[in-house]
Amino acid sequence: MSTTTLPPAGKRTEPVSAPDRHTSDRAKAERKLGWLLAGPALAVMLLVTAYPIAQAFYDSLFDYRLTDPENRSFTGLNNYLVILTDSLWWTAVGVTALITVITVAVELVLGFALALVMNKALQAIRPVLRAAILIPYAVITVVSAFAWQFAFDINTGFVNSWFAWLPGVSPTTDWFGDFGTSLFVICLAEIWKTTPFISLLLLAGLAQVPEVLQEAAQVDGATWWQRMRRVTLPNMKAAIMVALLFRTLDAFRVFDSIFIMTAGANGTESVSFLAYRQTISRLEIGLGSAVSVLLFLFVVLIAFLFIKGFKVDLAQARGER
Amino acid sequence: MPSTESTPRRERAVRSRGLRALGAGAAAVVLASGLAACGSSDSGAPVLNWYINPDSGGQAEIAARCTDAAQGKYTIATSTLPREASAQREQLVRRLAANDASIDIMSLDPPFIPEFAQAGFLAPVPEDVAGRVTEDVVESAIQGSTWDGELVAVPFWANTQLLWYRTSVAEAAGLDMSQPVTWDQIIQAAQDQDVLIGVQGIRAEALTVWFNALIESAGGSIIAENSTDPEQIQLGLTSEAGVRAAEVMRDISNSGQVGPALSTANEDSTATGFESDQGGFMVNYPFVYPRGLAAVEAGTLDQATVDDYAATVYPRVDEDTEAAPPYGGINLGVGAFSEHPELAYEATECITSTENQAYYFTSNGNPASDSTVYEDPEVLEAFPQAPVILESLELAAPRPQTPYYSEVSGGLQREYHPTASIDPEQTPQDATELIEAVLRKEQLL
Repeated sequence: MSTTTLPPAGKRTEPVSAPDRHTSDRAKAERKLGWLLAGPALAVMLLVTAYPIAQAFYDSLFDYRLTDPENRSFTGLNNYLVILTDSLWWTAVGVTALITVITVAVELVLGFALALVMNKALQAIRPVLRAAILIPYAVITVVSAFAWQFAFDINTGFVNSWFAWLPGVSPTTDWFGDFGTSLFVICLAEIWKTTPFISLLLLAGLAQVPEVLQEAAQVDGATWWQRMRRVTLPNMKAAIMVALLFRTLDAFRVFDSIFIMTAGANGTESVSFLAYRQTISRLEIGLGSAVSVLLFLFVVLIAFLFIKGFKVDLAQARGER
Repeated sequence: MPSTESTPRRERAVRSRGLRALGAGAAAVVLASGLAACGSSDSGAPVLNWYINPDSGGQAEIAARCTDAAQGKYTIATSTLPREASAQREQLVRRLAANDASIDIMSLDPPFIPEFAQAGFLAPVPEDVAGRVTEDVVESAIQGSTWDGELVAVPFWANTQLLWYRTSVAEAAGLDMSQPVTWDQIIQAAQDQDVLIGVQGIRAEALTVWFNALIESAGGSIIAENSTDPEQIQLGLTSEAGVRAAEVMRDISNSGQVGPALSTANEDSTATGFESDQGGFMVNYPFVYPRGLAAVEAGTLDQATVDDYAATVYPRVDEDTEAAPPYGGINLGVGAFSEHPELAYEATECITSTENQAYYFTSNGNPASDSTVYEDPEVLEAFPQAPVILESLELAAPRPQTPYYSEVSGGLQREYHPTASIDPEQTPQDATELIEAVLRKEQLL
């Protein structure tokens, strides 16, 4: 007869009786295996991300025009000084932040509603429903931007005639003629395109909420709203924060819709668009690289705020812990 | 039994070997064709790569004609560039900055030619070629192919904007269109008849085209003092002509006759407005005529509407100063890193021959830079406006010729858009300060 003592649930089982040397060897072997498995991917990542970032930072320290490489000269942080003292930069930062806040907020609400629908849908129609909801995300952003532009265009669009009954809309409404209406269409296109992404992440979070907790709350007489607030949302906090983090980082780099719809007219330039204009149109590699580096720093800052400020745990969101 | 089991396996093996062989063969063919595309054709003749702007197939047909005419000396392969001129420039510049030897011939939008020439991206035009390709060519096209006093590209086709009008509207307004007309007269006539004036107010290159025509027509220039040193460039926006151009732009924009979407109006949307019942006057390129005919053929426009179309030379800013219409089109550059520059220049002479320019004009609607083409009866039949186009090209003024054209044009667009908000006292000053700061690399664009 033998007795077996089970370790407490959720705790890792460590061979406590094993000698230290053995643990150390095993840990070393695991670490080595880890490096062997992740090493190639890390090397590729460094090659395709770290190298261009380092190159961009290096270029940003120069006065360098693509058509005049011979006169390239080191200017230190002067490009950064030019950018940070230019009102156009701060306007672009403001516009980008506005687009980010509006689109991410609306997408979170809509995405959550869609995730709930997908989660509760009948088993039979769930795959079809998921596919239907995901279609906009499968559309290339440039194509989506063109589609929305054509829809709202004063000459070729159908929106003005279909929605002429709405206050403020008439056959002569020029949606791309001023800041507010241009931004409205840009945000609408972004929301339509990326809500499926956020809903998919939230659906994964919903699936992780233990059914027993829901049932227990229901038995205790909790209403739908109470279960949502006290059970569902706290249990999927990690998924919500990860969805917000990914989408915020994505939204802050908005480019395609603006490029297609307004080309930056009416003050709709985003930070990415500014980087494009300096680097690709003006061919000022130094100045454009500096804009790109600042955009990168913004993205890092957003990620840092989410991870440290809101305590987002990516591993937890993936269900690893 | 074993035989029946092994048969499918064997078949699979054979099929697999076959697929592998097919794959290897395909790879060899792709590799061989790729290598051939880099240097020479199957017959051993060098392949000249001609990077063309998108059109209705005319340049590809001319390439085929010139390949035939070369009788094995060279063949011309075409590669299509992006639709927008600015995007064409961006792609070509990036490739040439990397010393791309695959670019033999390029279809270039004239405002970007100085930039290419200054950067050393264009092979020098041989003296004898320069003499031949400028013979009988309209002055504006020669100017558009010249940088720093030298011909750096081969004039191909030359575009210009005309004043398009509805004959019935002009008659009703009592305008004598056989005489030069001014913008003020057009505004007055459009208001009297309640018709549209089609102008391009979009924040894009079209806006620079319009502004340049206005300031040149007023006797000034966007760049008053040119230089290869960006910090030495002096702008003429605050000159009397610059202020007058801003006034005209503002007056047209606020005339109440430009439609509800002036700030997004480009060449196509103004053509749409001109085709509508409210169409009256419009400045635009000659493509609007074949566009109208195509719409009639498609049943979307009445023949009577196109019959009512007429064109004359661009409007004047002031009654006693000749108009300076916009100049555009395409000129041919030969890549500085091409392995066959002599053959490429030989090919450009074929491409720009009188016959090929006439073909391109009648088939694709792109006017010739060769003035003798305008005497061709076929051209006159296809384009009744051909004599006006030639007259306009003779008067046309190119946009600012500077290697920093993108900065100048981009700065103008930022300050003069939307055109309804232009303040003739302030906007030219603001634009000057912005462009000069951008040229000194002290400000973003």
